[in-house]
Amino acid sequence: MAADSRFVLNAEGLYYKQLNEQIRAAVRSGHKAIELCNVRGQRYIGNSLDGEDIDIVIHGVPGQDMAAFMRGPHLTVYGNAQDGVGNTMDAGEIVIHGMVGDVLGYAMRGGRIFVKGDAGYRCGIHMKAYMEKFPVLVIGGKAGDFLGEYMAGGAIILLGMFSDKPAEVPITGRSLGTGMHGGVIYVRGEVPAHQLGAGLAAKELDADERAFLEVQIRDYAAALGLDAEAILDAPFLRVKPYTHRPYGNMYVGTN
Amino acid sequence: MKAPARFWDFNKDISGCGVFGVLHKKRGPIGGDMPIKAMCTMHDRGNGQGGGFAAYGIYPEFKDCYAFHMLCETQEGLDNAEAVIKTFFDIKESQPIPTRRTLAIKNPPIVWRFFLTPKADRPKWKDATEADYIVSVVMHINKDVKDAFVLSSGKDMGAFKGVGFPEDIADFFRLDEYKGYIWTGHNRFPTNSQAWWGGAHPFTLLDWAIVHNGEISSYGINRRYLAQHDYLCTLHTDTEVVAYLLDMLTRKHKLSLRMASYIFAPPFWDEIDRMPLAQQEAFRALRMVYGPAMLNGPFAILVTNNTTMMGLNDRVKLRPLLVAEKDDMVFMSSEESSIREVQRDLDRIWAPKAGEPVIAEVEA
Repeated sequence: MAADSRFVLNAEGLYYKQLNEQIRAAVRSGHKAIELCNVRGQRYIGNSLDGEDIDIVIHGVPGQDMAAFMRGPHLTVYGNAQDGVGNTMDAGEIVIHGMVGDVLGYAMRGGRIFVKGDAGYRCGIHMKAYMEKFPVLVIGGKAGDFLGEYMAGGAIILLGMFSDKPAEVPITGRSLGTGMHGGVIYVRGEVPAHQLGAGLAAKELDADERAFLEVQIRDYAAALGLDAEAILDAPFLRVKPYTHRPYGNMYVGTN
Repeated sequence: MKAPARFWDFNKDISGCGVFGVLHKKRGPIGGDMPIKAMCTMHDRGNGQGGGFAAYGIYPEFKDCYAFHMLCETQEGLDNAEAVIKTFFDIKESQPIPTRRTLAIKNPPIVWRFFLTPKADRPKWKDATEADYIVSVVMHINKDVKDAFVLSSGKDMGAFKGVGFPEDIADFFRLDEYKGYIWTGHNRFPTNSQAWWGGAHPFTLLDWAIVHNGEISSYGINRRYLAQHDYLCTLHTDTEVVAYLLDMLTRKHKLSLRMASYIFAPPFWDEIDRMPLAQQEAFRALRMVYGPAMLNGPFAILVTNNTTMMGLNDRVKLRPLLVAEKDDMVFMSSEESSIREVQRDLDRIWAPKAGEPVIAEVEA
């Protein structure tokens, strides 16, 4: 859909409640393509919004908890996003052309989030998957500590490529995947052993994993206008628990 | 917990404190409207139970005097505080802090300011350095004079704070009429201590001012440690300890601000084990000597004095903090949106690493 046919909302000076009311009113009256301008800190944009055909473009810096509980819509942010993007998101896709704050994709249970730049601390914690639901988080820059903490399902892909951080800063932070018992974290490059949470192993990808990664990277690169082959032209490692149920015997012995 | 009736329509305060700071490296004048606007963007990080600002460079006509900002619950408190101040200082100027009657601020206390120079012939603490003398008087007033508190005591700076949203406190104190080269602002969501005028941020001592988002879980240990060094906590809010610890570590123990920050948020032991040997020894020594000065719990703090602004997170980054630069200005804030509100285009913006201080200084 051409950009000039979008329904435009100017967020300048709008309180977050008014902005979200206007977005919802627009959706109710049948607008599928919406553009938000001058967004600065308005919280809860796209929260619980339902519908795969809704497409929202955001210019500026959306506030906390963007797209929490969102089910279906496609959001594109031209700018940086703050903390709590995609909190418990159910379905849909978020493309962020800048960096993001902390707790990205918290308890995410479906859909995809593509971030071009760096991500903050505690991203992808408590991510989960069930049946056809399989959340995917792709971070083009570097991530802070506790990436994928308590992760139970889905995939996190960390590239470390489009980062504003100094070269000597490691791609992942400390306590990577602490308490992780499901899902997988793909890292482009090295994972220092001391950053790995307990019970996890960083290994080379098998053919299925490589095929999955390539699909995700091609979509990611297409969404952000990047060169997929350049991204894929490097070794990846995948971080997973050693065993199927690493905490199975933690509280009650089963064998 | 039972779900509230009409749970789908349940309005809950979802907050955390908000901090904002700006420093002009060439001491250029920044109007109060900038920090006020930035704090407005983060309105919902607080709940109206505390707001405040620290401003540097606001009293050029009295820049050699100690500016005492007083908060007094009663006229008697102010009179008694004045009597104490007269014993220890020569008063160059004594005036009410200008305020505006606003609907949002109900029953404000008396706010007053004195511009002071220490008496040539001191009645007490004769051998103390001038800074120690000031600190002693501040501690004395806060502890012994009923209903009177010194909110700030530095030169060419002041703290303005109270119970309300920061924009309301700024309106009350007419902060739009001031110009300074460093400002910090705070929006409070009190979690485990009372909301009262003295307990709002910033917390100050001499020209130090601290604004803080988070909780100092180590408050008890820090407070007892400070008491052994003659710093008394009187303001019933955890953040108070940071101001006094900084004064002790940097002024009395002559540690750099960076070293102080490594005491507040030390590297983990396993990180120390991976350092080069000389560094290991230094960090072990810091942790052993200054263990009781470590700040435990989540925090993002902005620390300022007459020449410096430092941003620091706890070592696992349980609170957000962004730093940005534009020409001669350095911004630090809980949210990028508040910086963009007052400065649309930035040369650089980044989220510092947990426990790693970011220090901005004015040039000479």
